[in-house]
Amino acid sequence: MRGILRIAYKLLVNDGSKFAALLVGITFAVFLMVQMTSLFAGVLNRASATVINVGASMWVMDPGVQTVANSIPMPDYVLDAVRSAEGVKYAVPLYSGNGLVKLADGTYQAVNILGLDDSSLFGRPALVQGSIQDIYAENGFIVVQDSEFHKLENPRIGTEFEINNHRGVMVGIAQVATSGLFGVPTLYTTYSRALQYVPQTNFSISYILVEPKSAAEVAGIKRSVAALGYVALTKDEFMAQISTFYKYQTGLGINLFLMTVMSFVVGLSISGQTFYTFVLENLEKFGALKAIGAKGHELVRMILFQALFTAMTGYGIGVGICSLMIALAKLKVPDYAAMITFTNLALAFFMVLVIAGISSYVGVRKVLRIEPFDIFRG
Amino acid sequence: MPQAAIKATGLSKWFGEGATRTFAVREVGFEASFGEILYIVGPSGSGKTTLLSVISGILRPNAGSVSIEGTDIWALSDNAIAEFRLKRIGFVFQDFHLFPRLTTAENVAIPLILKKRDWDESIAEAKKYLDIVGLKNRADLPPVKLSGGEQQRVAIARAIVSQPDILIMDEPTASLDGDTGRNIVGFVRNQILNDKRCIVIVTHDARITEFADRILMMEDGRLKSIENGRSHEE
Repeated sequence: MRGILRIAYKLLVNDGSKFAALLVGITFAVFLMVQMTSLFAGVLNRASATVINVGASMWVMDPGVQTVANSIPMPDYVLDAVRSAEGVKYAVPLYSGNGLVKLADGTYQAVNILGLDDSSLFGRPALVQGSIQDIYAENGFIVVQDSEFHKLENPRIGTEFEINNHRGVMVGIAQVATSGLFGVPTLYTTYSRALQYVPQTNFSISYILVEPKSAAEVAGIKRSVAALGYVALTKDEFMAQISTFYKYQTGLGINLFLMTVMSFVVGLSISGQTFYTFVLENLEKFGALKAIGAKGHELVRMILFQALFTAMTGYGIGVGICSLMIALAKLKVPDYAAMITFTNLALAFFMVLVIAGISSYVGVRKVLRIEPFDIFRG
Repeated sequence: MPQAAIKATGLSKWFGEGATRTFAVREVGFEASFGEILYIVGPSGSGKTTLLSVISGILRPNAGSVSIEGTDIWALSDNAIAEFRLKRIGFVFQDFHLFPRLTTAENVAIPLILKKRDWDESIAEAKKYLDIVGLKNRADLPPVKLSGGEQQRVAIARAIVSQPDILIMDEPTASLDGDTGRNIVGFVRNQILNDKRCIVIVTHDARITEFADRILMMEDGRLKSIENGRSHEE
């Protein structure tokens, strides 16, 4: 470390109380910002759980669909039309709906039911117990072993249950990448069995899962589907649409945005005020350095280094505490929907840099304005 | 004829303009030589601190020039003046202005560090100068653990660590009791002054005039008189 920065470092960290106050401010702000945005990211991720877990490249749906949980059934001819569209490698139906499972004690538990295409089982989950072929067995269902699994009283292979007044049997236990948002267990079965077990409206296809022949065919498939009066979205587009819905049509986004802004303001207030006091207390010393022969840009570098060092240290501690808290929370509450993403970290990093910039700006102005003559005048 | 350490010619410094213009220093000229201690004395508001600031390259005069060893310092750019101060002038401030969060040795090493010398080398050099001012065993303490007299010695060590030609001391006894003040200035006279160094001291402490070679008397911004100090009587 260059000498002048080493002096800056020692001036900062040797002033234990001020340094601690600065770190608390930055850490607190980072913790809140990362926590808020992680919660939101977790909610958005879970809201797209079915899209992520099924993993289809393209999804065809009714134009009125806003989230994957609220499908609008389509008639069977749409499936035929999509299959015959130019550029489609294959297209299969997916049923997505809800059912009621009667538990051993007589109570009911709502479940999410996904019906996979009978011939291909496209979108099937990875099994941890059992064989996927058993899904064709009489009344066969596969249960997802996620944070909601216990709500079905931890079924095992062979466990029988009643769903919508039909007999069901657990033939496999699966794991998926993401649990759902609404806190209900998920069951997989075949498309045809799903239609038998769940009361239907006139139309039955929730989504059509499409695999294009190549990425270049996506635009053409979209046009073909649009000509039918329906919408084809890529996986990312569908997830973005779901995110947009939760951000702007549920109040969730604006509330978390406000909380994040408040965290930023709190961090800025604490750090800005403390850093300003720190600079003020050392102002005469900086003036003395100037008189001795330090140049303005050297003093600016010292202050920027101090602000940046504090910001980065606080950022690291804040992210660390937040990660720890989320990990601990997930141990106690498996449903806890928080997910730290690179975007969250980058956002918090940027905001911390802004806090450091604003805090140091005031200090830099003060230091540049101090005249060594003022030191002589006392 | 040997070159003057400091040559001030027609120095004027005023603050404000028009009806509010106030002269702090008015047409002051003098020379100081190497190997001498020059006092600038006078009542409060007489302009001695302003004069000190002007001759040390800190406050730009409105008129006149300051030449240090033949260099017209006010003809230099701001950065060049800062560099000149760093290399050629040492400062001892009235309130010492030591960093309480640094050790004594680190405080002394600051001018060397500003000169981009290696950190460890600077600290080692600083310890040598702490030895010169009799504070070798205080090197690792923060200044707040030292007495006023010791802090003044640290400030002196910091001022001379880069071996400046000119040493500027602003009211060096103001924060010290009588005996300590006399000891400090006596120490400067006996240990710090040499024939390659000129020391300028601003003071209104009559108890230490015995250490001066010459005394500049200021009054209302003007140079009232230049007298020989008592050291010449010895």
